[in-house]
Amino acid sequence: MSVPIIMFFACALLAVLGAVLLILAREPIHSALALVLVMMSLAVLYLLLGAPFVAAVQIIVYAGAIMVLFVFVIMLLNAGVEERTDFSKIAKWVGVPLGFFLLLVTAVYLLHSSIGTTIATGVGAANQAADTRELSQQLFRQYLFPFEATSILILIAILGALVLARKDE
Amino acid sequence: MSAIPISWYLVLSAVLFGLGVVAFVFKRNVITIFMSIELMLNAVNLAFVAFARARGALDGLVFVFFVIVVAAAEAAVGLAIVIMLAQHRESLNVERVNLLKL
Repeated sequence: MSVPIIMFFACALLAVLGAVLLILAREPIHSALALVLVMMSLAVLYLLLGAPFVAAVQIIVYAGAIMVLFVFVIMLLNAGVEERTDFSKIAKWVGVPLGFFLLLVTAVYLLHSSIGTTIATGVGAANQAADTRELSQQLFRQYLFPFEATSILILIAILGALVLARKDE
Repeated sequence: MSAIPISWYLVLSAVLFGLGVVAFVFKRNVITIFMSIELMLNAVNLAFVAFARARGALDGLVFVFFVIVVAAAEAAVGLAIVIMLAQHRESLNVERVNLLKL
């Protein structure tokens, strides 16, 4: 067992654990913290995949900005314990086994497909890690128009949030 | 020697996406439902990065940025809607929000 494999399993376990905690937690703030756990372990996985810039963006924007926004709204609205509702019997006895079966089929297919068996090396290998310079060149040359479009999208989102959260006169 | 096949990442991505769907369906709090959407987006991002790695192309990483930007915009507008909903309904339970239900 090499270090990257151990790190992969540790982070994968943490991510799945965080996702399960998100489902099981009764208080929204606990769910938010579980989601932060998922995002942090995903950032480590991005590092393992040789994408350090994406890992940094993941922590700064996702775990930082977006989750702070969520926690802020939870605190602002004083969201208490969630009410449990009884799950439907069909969801429990048909949906869950069917979901597991689908997941199993997907996993078996992926583990035997041609692209799935590609080895993902790249930890510590500087020449293999995605270069941030190349990434920025791609972003600002080939994807310049989508980039500008997203800036307009963000502007519209800010205006929309302002209009929605404004007090009615 | 680090030999992690891409498929492991893809399976993890599928598992996280599935858990996100389960959370989306089973949760009753609007904010938690939003968080499960973010979980699903994160799972998709992991698949994007893994595929970018497998193909040796950077396009997948660029797409991850766009997904993150859209997620941020969605969170901003969505949480504004949640605040408005909480002010009008005094509850975060989605089952109380049934104005359009027949």
